[in-house]
Amino acid sequence: MKGTAHKIGDDINTDYIIAGKHKRDTFDAALMAPHLFEDLDPGLASRIKPGDIIVAGKNFGCGSSREAAPMVIQAAGVSAVLAPSFARIFFRNAINIGLPLLQCDTSAIDDGDLLEIDIAGGVIRDKTHKKDISFKKLPEAMSAIFREGGLVPYLKKHKQFPV
Amino acid sequence: MGKTISEKIFSNRSGRDVYANDIVVADIDRLMAHDGNGPLAIKIFRDLGGARVFDPARMVFVLDHYAPSPNERVSRIHDIIRNFADETGCRLHDVGDGICHQLMMEKHGVRPGDLVVGSDSHTCTYGALNVFSTGVGSTDTAAAMLTGKMWFKVPETIAVNVVGLPPQGLAAKDVILNIVSLIGADGAAYQAIEFKGEYASAMSMDDRFTFSNLAVEMGAKAGIFEYDDKTGAWLDDVGSGKGDYAPVHSDRDALYSRSVAVDVSALAPVVAMPHAVDTIAPVSDLDGLPIQQAFLGTCTNGRLSDLETARGILKGKKVAPGLRFIVGPASRDVYIEALKNGIITDLVEAGAVIVPPGCACCVGVANGIPGDGDAVISTANRNFRGRMGNAKASIYLASPATVAASALFGKITDPRKVL
Repeated sequence: MKGTAHKIGDDINTDYIIAGKHKRDTFDAALMAPHLFEDLDPGLASRIKPGDIIVAGKNFGCGSSREAAPMVIQAAGVSAVLAPSFARIFFRNAINIGLPLLQCDTSAIDDGDLLEIDIAGGVIRDKTHKKDISFKKLPEAMSAIFREGGLVPYLKKHKQFPV
Repeated sequence: MGKTISEKIFSNRSGRDVYANDIVVADIDRLMAHDGNGPLAIKIFRDLGGARVFDPARMVFVLDHYAPSPNERVSRIHDIIRNFADETGCRLHDVGDGICHQLMMEKHGVRPGDLVVGSDSHTCTYGALNVFSTGVGSTDTAAAMLTGKMWFKVPETIAVNVVGLPPQGLAAKDVILNIVSLIGADGAAYQAIEFKGEYASAMSMDDRFTFSNLAVEMGAKAGIFEYDDKTGAWLDDVGSGKGDYAPVHSDRDALYSRSVAVDVSALAPVVAMPHAVDTIAPVSDLDGLPIQQAFLGTCTNGRLSDLETARGILKGKKVAPGLRFIVGPASRDVYIEALKNGIITDLVEAGAVIVPPGCACCVGVANGIPGDGDAVISTANRNFRGRMGNAKASIYLASPATVAASALFGKITDPRKVL
C-alpha cells in the first residue's frame, strides 16, 4: 500500500475521530466519513485521499469503545494508521475489522510524506525522506485475526477464538 | 507465585492457572450493550450467523445514550434493540431507567469475582465491586453474545496505594483526577489498576465507583478494589448479596508492574482543564472564571451521594442568573430516592433542570449541548474538545461540590468556601 502521510498529534481520542453527534443517528460508516477528525481539524477529512495513511502520536484512539472510530477511518479510504502506541479498545476494534495499525516510531515522518508500506516485509518506506522504518509485529492472536480480515471472517472460518 | 486480583479472576474464568501476559479464552458472567454501540453489535451478531444469544438472562441492553429519542433515526436505532431483546429474551432497560453501568450494578447481579464486559469504555466502573469489568467494541460484544466467551491478554497490574487523611473539602473526584494526572492518559495502558491503602478502604461505595470509572482515562483495562464489608452491604442493599459469591483478594506476594503512592493529605480540590482529563489545575487557581453551564450527573458522579452533596451547597439558594444547571440522576432508583428525601425539590428550587436518568449531555447528543464559547463545569469523565457536542465550548471536570459551588456563583468556585 502507498499513500500520503497525514500527521496528527498525541492522545487523539475517539471523539476526535468521530464525534458522538455524528454517530448518534446511524451506524453506517460511509455516512459518518465526511466528519472524520472534524473537531480536531475540520479540513482533514476532505484532504484524505483513498490509500492515504494516518501518522499519529502516542495513545492513538483513546477514550470511548465506539467501533465507529476505526470503521470511519476505514470508510474514508485510509489504508493504515501508524503510531508509537494505540489505546487498548481501539486497537482491538481496528484489528477486529481488518484496519491495519502499525506500531512504530513516527517522529521522523512529516506531514505530506509519501509512504509505502510492505506489511509482509515488516517495513514502512518513507519515499520522501528515503528512509525505512520498521514496525512492531502484532501479537500472534491478533495477527491471526488480521490475516483473515477481521474477527467475523476469522470466527466464520475457524469456529473458535485464536488462542 | 502469588496472584493479583485480575490473575485470579482470569484463572477462575478460563479454568487455567494464568498470570499476566498469558492469553486466555474466558467465560463472561455478564454482558452489556447500549444504544450507542449495541445496534452495530446486533448487526455483527447476525453476520456471524447468530440466532440465539448464549444466555439471554446474562445479556443486558440499555437505552441510555440518546434517551428519550431526539429524532426518528434514533427511534429506529432504539427499535433495533427493542426488537432484538424481544426476540431473543435478552434483558432490556428502555429510556429513563438510567445509565447502563449503574443499572448493571443495581439490577443485574454483578458480583465480586465476576468477569463482565460491555460495549462502553466505562464498564470498568464495576471494579469497585471487586469485579474485573472492561469495555469492548461491537465486534467483540457480538462474538461474546454468540459464545459467552472472549479472548483476553491477562493484564499486568499497577498497585495504586492511596494513603493519608484527606483535608477538609477534598472529594474523591479530586483524588482520582490527581491520580489520572500523575499516571497520565496512557500511563496504565493495557494494565489493570488495584486501588489500595487506607484512603481506599475508608471510601464510600459511591466514591469507589467514581475511582473505578476514571480508570480508563489512564488507559487501564480495569480499576479494581478489594472486597470489604462496605462492598457486601452495598450488594445486600441492591439485592445482589444472596447466594454464594467469592470475593477475590490479591496475594501478598503478587507481582505488580509498579506501585504508585498517593498521599491525599497533600492534595487540594482540582479541575481537569480543557481538553484533556490528565491536565489538572487547583480550583483555587481558576477561582472566578465565568461559566455558562454546570452539569451534575453521569456514570462518574450521578449517584445519590453526589446529588446530596450538591443539595448541601444549594438548598435554599439560587444558582447564578443566566447559568444553566443540568442534573441527570444515574438511574431511576437514584432519582426516586432523591425525590423521596427532597433532594430534587431543593435542587429544582435552586434552579436546576432535571433531565431523565441516562447519559444526559455527557456525550454531546442531547439534553444540554453548550453554546459557542461557553465554559462548562461538569462532573463527567471526559472533557475532549467537542465532547458535549460543540467544539467551540470548553469543559472543566470537577467534583460534585465544585460543580455545585460554581453553579451558585456562575464562576468556577473553590468548594471550600461554601462547604
